[in-house]
Formats: sequence, C-alpha cells, structure tokens
Amino acid sequence: MKLFEFEAKNILQKYGIATPAGAIGSLPEEVELLAGQIGRPVMLKSQVLVSGRGKAGGIISASNPAEARRLAAKLLGSEIKGSVVRSILVEEKVAIAAEFYASVAVDRQAKKYLVMASTSGGVDIEQVALTAPTRIARYYVPPLTGFNREAANDLIAQLPNLSQDDAVAFGDVIHILYRIAWEGDAELVEINPLAKSTSGKLIACDARIIVDDNALFRHPELATHSLSQTGDTVTEAKAKEQKLAYVELDGDIGIIGNGAGLVMATLDLVQLFGGKPANFLDIGGGAGVEMIKNAVTLVLSKPEVKSVLINIFGGVTRCDLVAQGIIQAHNEFAVRKPLVVRMVGTNEEAGTQMLNQIGVHTHTSMEEAIRKVTQL
Amino acid sequence: MVQGITGNEGRFHTASMLGYGTKIVAGVTPGRGGQQVENTPVYNTVAEAVSRHKADTSAIFVPARFAPDAVLEAIDAGLKTIVVITESIPQKDAIFFMAKAESQGITIIGPNTPGIINPANQVHIGVMPTRVFRPGGVGMISRSGTLTYEIAWHISAAGLGQSTCVGLGGDAIIGLDFTRVLAMFERDEETRSVVLIGEIGGNMEELAAEYIQEGKYRKPVVAYIAGRAAPVGKRMGHAGAIISGDTGTAKSKIESLLAAGVPVADKPSDIPKLLTKPL
Repeated sequence: MKLFEFEAKNILQKYGIATPAGAIGSLPEEVELLAGQIGRPVMLKSQVLVSGRGKAGGIISASNPAEARRLAAKLLGSEIKGSVVRSILVEEKVAIAAEFYASVAVDRQAKKYLVMASTSGGVDIEQVALTAPTRIARYYVPPLTGFNREAANDLIAQLPNLSQDDAVAFGDVIHILYRIAWEGDAELVEINPLAKSTSGKLIACDARIIVDDNALFRHPELATHSLSQTGDTVTEAKAKEQKLAYVELDGDIGIIGNGAGLVMATLDLVQLFGGKPANFLDIGGGAGVEMIKNAVTLVLSKPEVKSVLINIFGGVTRCDLVAQGIIQAHNEFAVRKPLVVRMVGTNEEAGTQMLNQIGVHTHTSMEEAIRKVTQL
Repeated sequence: MVQGITGNEGRFHTASMLGYGTKIVAGVTPGRGGQQVENTPVYNTVAEAVSRHKADTSAIFVPARFAPDAVLEAIDAGLKTIVVITESIPQKDAIFFMAKAESQGITIIGPNTPGIINPANQVHIGVMPTRVFRPGGVGMISRSGTLTYEIAWHISAAGLGQSTCVGLGGDAIIGLDFTRVLAMFERDEETRSVVLIGEIGGNMEELAAEYIQEGKYRKPVVAYIAGRAAPVGKRMGHAGAIISGDTGTAKSKIESLLAAGVPVADKPSDIPKLLTKPL
C-alpha cells in the first residue's frame, strides 16, 4: 500500500523527524486559508501516488493566498499522469542549502532491509546510483541483531564532507527511519530530498512510504486510507473489495485463471497470438462459486471487454464450482459476450457438462482456447 | 510433520500426502493435542511432537498471521527442512525467520509454495496434484503453482517424467532459489535435465543464468518465463511478481538465460520439444 506524501510526513513527524510546516486542503478555499496561515510563499503539492508528479506539473509554488486559491482550483480535480488530484499539501517553502537522501527498503535478493544514505540527494538520485554509486552509502541490516546507533554512525561516516553536527543529525534520521520501517512493516521508507536548510536543520522535504500489503492486518491505523484515493481504477478498487487479484490492462479480451503464473502465461499467449488482454485476474486456489461469479461479473462489466477467456487447471480448484460460478454470472449479466473456457482437472466432466448446457464448449488445451478467443 | 493439521487445508492435504506415500508421523495444532487427523497423532507443540517422533521435515499449513511463529517453532525444534505452503506472510517476518533458519543450516522452501514432489519415491509435501507427475529424469524448479502443473502435464504426456519438482514459491522473500536447487540437481543421479519456470520480479533467473554460464551446472536445462505481457509496477498475483523500474522484466530474464545457452520456450507446450532436442 502506497501512502500519500502527507501521510508519510505525519508518520515522520510522530517519530521526531522534522518536516516543513504544512497541511492538507481539498478545496480551493481551504488551500487559500492554509496559505494565509503559513504567511509566506508556499508550495502546492498534489497528493497523487504517481512518481514524477513534479515534472508533470503537480508541484507548483504560490506567492500569496489568492494565487494559491487560483492555482489550487486548477489543480484539484485535474489529472497528473492519470491520477486525479483530490487534495493538495500546502507547505512552507524551505530555503534549501543542500539535499541529502535517506531510505530503508526491503532488498528481496539479500533478504534483508537495506539502509541507504547520500549527500547527493534530490531529483537526480537515480542518475547518481548509476553513474557514481560510491556516493550512496549502503548497509544491509542483519535481521537477527537489527540496526543500532553505531551501525548508523558507521554508515554516515562513509559520506564525504559532512560536518560533525550534520553527521550526528543525519545519523539520527536514518536510525529513526529504520525504526519507522521495522515498526510500520514498510517495504520502503524514503526521504528525498532530506534537505539541509539554510539555517542548518535537516528537514524531510519529500517522503514516500510503501507498507507491505501482507502486514495491513496489523496496522488498523491505516484502515482509513481511502481506496478511492489510490492509483487504482474503479474496477481495480472494486476487485480489491471482493479480494480478487486483478490488474487492469488496455485490451479487449478479459482473462481469468487459477494461479498467478498460469494467468501471466495466458496473457503472454494471448499477446503472442495477436490478441490484447483487457486484464489479469487470478482467482487463486480452491475458489468458491461466489468468488468465481464475482470474478466473471467484474470482467464482463468493463465495456471495453468484448470476450472473456477463462483458463482453469484444477488441482484444489473444482471445475464444477467454476462452472457454477460462470453460469450464475452469465445468467445475471445483461449483455452477452462470448466466453471461451479451458477446463481440465478436478471434476472436469461435471463442469464441462454444466457449461455445455448454456452453450459454452470447453477446451482441454490452453493454446487451443487462446487461439479461439483471439480469432473471435 | 504437518503444522496446522487440523485446519481445512491441513486435513485435506494430509490425506492426499498420506495417500501418495509421504511418511507423516505427527501433526501440530496448539490446543488440539491428543486428537487424530487421518490416523496421525496431533500435538500442541512441535517440541512435543519431535520428542515422540522422528520428524526431520515440517509442512506449514498455518494461516498467515500465525505462520511466522509456526516456522520459528519448527526452527527452534531443529527440523532440517521447512516447507511453507502459506501465502501472504509479512515480509518483515519472512526476513527474520529466513535469517534464523540460515544461521542454523535449516532449509526453507517457500513461502507461498505448492511444495515438493518426487514421483519415484512417492513423496509429496504440499498441495500439488499428483496425477500430472510420473517418475522420470526431468527436474523442475518453479516459482509458480498451476503453471508448474500445466508444464508437468505436458512433460508427462510426452512420455518423459519428473525426478523431483520443487516449488520455490511466489513470494518476494523465499528460501530455496533456482541456483541452490540447480546445485542439488547437479549432484542428483535421478535428474538428467532441468526445467526452470520463472516469472517477472527480482533477479533469481538472472543469477541462475550466471551460475550456468560459469559452468557450475552442466546438465541440460530449458526454461519458460511468464510475464512478457505484464505492465511495469503492478503486482501480478504473486507478491514477488512485480517489475520495478526496469529490473525484473521477463525480457531481462529471457535474455540472460539465452546468453547462458538455456533455450527458452515461447509456449508452455514447447517444453517437451526443447527437452528432447538433440544438443
């Protein structure tokens, strides 16, 4: 789960990392009020979950409240890289002397948390990583012992040209950052830039936190994170509510299958045979009738979808239950779109018989079914 | 032993494993000690089960919230191999128990794995549909579940068979990886060739390609990689199936495997053909 910048900054504040003065507004009048409260030129930062929002015009400055209101009116409701701007973080403009970088992220290959710090922070950090990687200090945290203050100091000591005071302050920040990541079950906690202001303070000017979806059950504080504000499409949000693993694509052949690898392979073959998948949908193992009905209905309900391919290799998944789910969806859905079904495995005869009764023929071969649907 | 044996999943698959020939000596579910599942005695703790039975392997059928503790319990009791079927385990917990297992020389398979099967020895640990496998010389290492069965089905239909099929699991943080299992297959007399079934996300396939290129694995190997059509930045079902920026693409994996001399199938059904192609 990606958190918004303002949510990430709230968390940083709670843990004692300085952030610029600011607050959220979702109406132009609110933005005007907040800009007035700050009393200086402000940054209007669109709260969207896409990267590169700055370059796409999502971060603009306003020199007075009236201008802030005018610019907010244009930003709110507009789209930044496909995401609708529903709120704006109105922030004081920080006078920046230097930009640092700090992050803690799960490194899957190392199976450890990786802490990174650099004095070459800012928008070009990715370039730095490619062309001057030694400017980024790295530390893989030993899982059994954790990240202590000494390790944090050692990491910062690798960075050149830092004053004693700055080194201590930077060490404080990364030490806290690790705690935020560990306690918050984060996949990523990143501050870029961690600005050194002209008055010498370290301030987190932009922050990103991605929380491990698998750990959400133990973070009730995130339950209020509104689904409608995420980067999900309407159908993706609906799928999440129904606990369906669904990713929207831009083609016209709806795809449903049991098993992520199998579904990915199905998408690949549809593409290989010249078709355009409309989505990825994995019903997982052992799905019940209701889940299957929901899955088929969801895919059918997208207007762009002209036909649906269902690929089932039934181990624990029962083909008769899949057939029932398909039939229920088929009977209740007003529009008739062609369904192509591949069905092998547990109870395949029963499933096939049931589908034949509604005029749906089943295939044994995955490739045959895919060729059929791409030729429709 | 089976941890979580009294749950629906635990029960169902214990019956399947026993029916196939797997030697399950005990089950563990806290609070259900004294019961029996499929004539297998159930204990409250792993320690208790291990004190009464010679068990060296545990299959974890415990729900995600409690699975990490179950794994730690198995590690503490000194089980040598732990097969974690459970999906959706928090990454922080996986990071911790992986490190603990490694520090004690314990092998973890998974999480989010369909398990492991050896048809000749009639052993399967996990949820794989046994009917698609038959004894033979093809080793399989896969990050998928049903896609593995699909490919196994084609291999069996072609008259070949499987030595051992290992499900690595669909998560981002997993125990055994392609390289480690390749090393095991190198030493395994039953295995004459290997199929790698990979997908987008991470760089496990690239590392395997490097391993092969360095000459460390010398038997024939072919591959199938899922996710050529996957978009960037979206999790495709498996927690580990996500392209981040430009790392983890199917293209990168296919290219590195081809560069290492590993044929990569365009379609799952092409695998048997690639296996029987003269070298």
